[in-house]
Amino acid sequence: MKILVPVKRVPDPATTIRVLPDGLGIATDNVKWVINPFDEIAIEEALRIKEKQSGEVVLVAVGQQAWQEQLRTGLAMGADRAIFIRNDTALDSLAIARILAKVATDERPDLIIMGKQAIDDDANQVGQMLAETLGWPQATFASKVEFAERKCTVVREVDGGLETIAFQLPAVITTDLRLNEPRYASLPGIMKARKKELKEIAADSLGVNLAPKLKVKTLAAPPKRQSGRKVGSVAELVAVLHTEAKVI
Amino acid sequence: MGDVLVLAEQQEGRFPKTTLVAVHAGLELAAKRGGKCTAVVLGENPDAAAGEIAKYGVAKAIALSHAALKNYLADAYAHALAALVKKTGTEFVLATATAVGKDLMPRLAARLDAPMASEITAINDDGTFIRPTYAGNAMATVELDGPVKVLTVRGTAFDAAKAGDAAAPVEKVAAELDASALKMEFVSFNATKSDRPQLTEARIVVSGGRGLKSGDNFKTVLEPLVDEMGAAMGASRAAVDAGFVPNDLQVGQTGKVVAPELYVAVGISGAIQHLAGMKDSKIIVAINKDEEAPIFSVSDFGLVADLFKAVPEMVEEVKKLKHA
Repeated sequence: MKILVPVKRVPDPATTIRVLPDGLGIATDNVKWVINPFDEIAIEEALRIKEKQSGEVVLVAVGQQAWQEQLRTGLAMGADRAIFIRNDTALDSLAIARILAKVATDERPDLIIMGKQAIDDDANQVGQMLAETLGWPQATFASKVEFAERKCTVVREVDGGLETIAFQLPAVITTDLRLNEPRYASLPGIMKARKKELKEIAADSLGVNLAPKLKVKTLAAPPKRQSGRKVGSVAELVAVLHTEAKVI
Repeated sequence: MGDVLVLAEQQEGRFPKTTLVAVHAGLELAAKRGGKCTAVVLGENPDAAAGEIAKYGVAKAIALSHAALKNYLADAYAHALAALVKKTGTEFVLATATAVGKDLMPRLAARLDAPMASEITAINDDGTFIRPTYAGNAMATVELDGPVKVLTVRGTAFDAAKAGDAAAPVEKVAAELDASALKMEFVSFNATKSDRPQLTEARIVVSGGRGLKSGDNFKTVLEPLVDEMGAAMGASRAAVDAGFVPNDLQVGQTGKVVAPELYVAVGISGAIQHLAGMKDSKIIVAINKDEEAPIFSVSDFGLVADLFKAVPEMVEEVKKLKHA
């Protein structure tokens, strides 16, 4: 099975994010950049499917020059090759979905697996938009993925329980937290990754409309919550909740 | 221009708070943009439910029916809704960011070639919207450009619409669906069994973290407190990651966002991604043995204590209070 895994570069989730004073971005000094954690789960799932069924795992990223680092990390985890779509302008989710759809049309994967959301803009859109653009089934928030020939069954994490849906490949799956535990890149993996193919393509050469219809005008720090006080005992805690906060 | 179509999600004929929040946000948006707010219920036979949502202040309710809409599936719902949007010429399509809203609305946006803003928390007078990014650490003001715009709203950021005495008219529409283009099949739904209130609706939420140390301890230590307080139970991502509890209890950036009157965090350190899901709660209580834990920086009342002692004690104290 040929699997395409879109990958995004994001600040490490443990990084404290500060909005720049001009409101036009976040401070990036001292930011460690990583693969979006849900995309890491997607890479892991793709590798496991390949290990069971054979096939190929192809990574794709749409971004600036530095994003190649994350593609190399994914190759070190075990992906076979990577496609780097170089782009330096602001894109919205629709434009990214169109770019990925173009890559999918050229590459003809059986399956696209990606993170359910990127932890920077928290939009949770591209997988679904990509599925619609391709006219493929989608299974978002996947916690279990199984195959019987070309038929795929996915358990999804939804409100109030687990939902199971099924469809024929090709399809787009987005990963939730419990799908798997991603592996670390091994030292031999890192060595091998240096020699793997990483093909660069300019986004504006794809013939895709890149103009964003959603624009971020400004960013602002959220209102800060006042920290309260410590209480000395459980009895005092329950008392203040009852008499002062009046919530119990 | 300015018309708003609200997706009214039903759960077996009843409307959860998240739906009423969408209606409220839709009414606010329509008022600000000088349009009308219409609610739409999709299903095999949604007429009765549409009649119900028609009481919540909307100008009209549409019952959009088709046999293929019996169970929610992204492709069928997106096709049916997109055809309706094209027919009615609405400017905004809005839903709450529930599991269905998150799954469906981007697909709908792509089908309509429309921009989409996820989980907006405010509607500005100038036509822009505010939405949280970076786990709520940067609030973005966004502008959407196009004849149709798709939005999901954060369930905690708007009030719930209230039912009035009069009901708006209900229009029955047969969905335009090409069943041969639909490729997804519903297999089953496995509900998490619980008599407790839902996380996104509860007045009180009691959440546990990695400090609970095991799934068993959630049952034997935390659950008595949850039930004594009549609360919904939540969990941190760390507790879900460790396999202590199912993912639908997860509160945080990548789980559910809650804002109850009282949020009690037990054995939760307060990672950025957890705070993103609960920091708008009215009163926050933290119980943690590490006095340096970041959770204390957002809590109104903090108790530095061993949770395995403090929680059973709290159960007794709450009991006493009830019988006082």
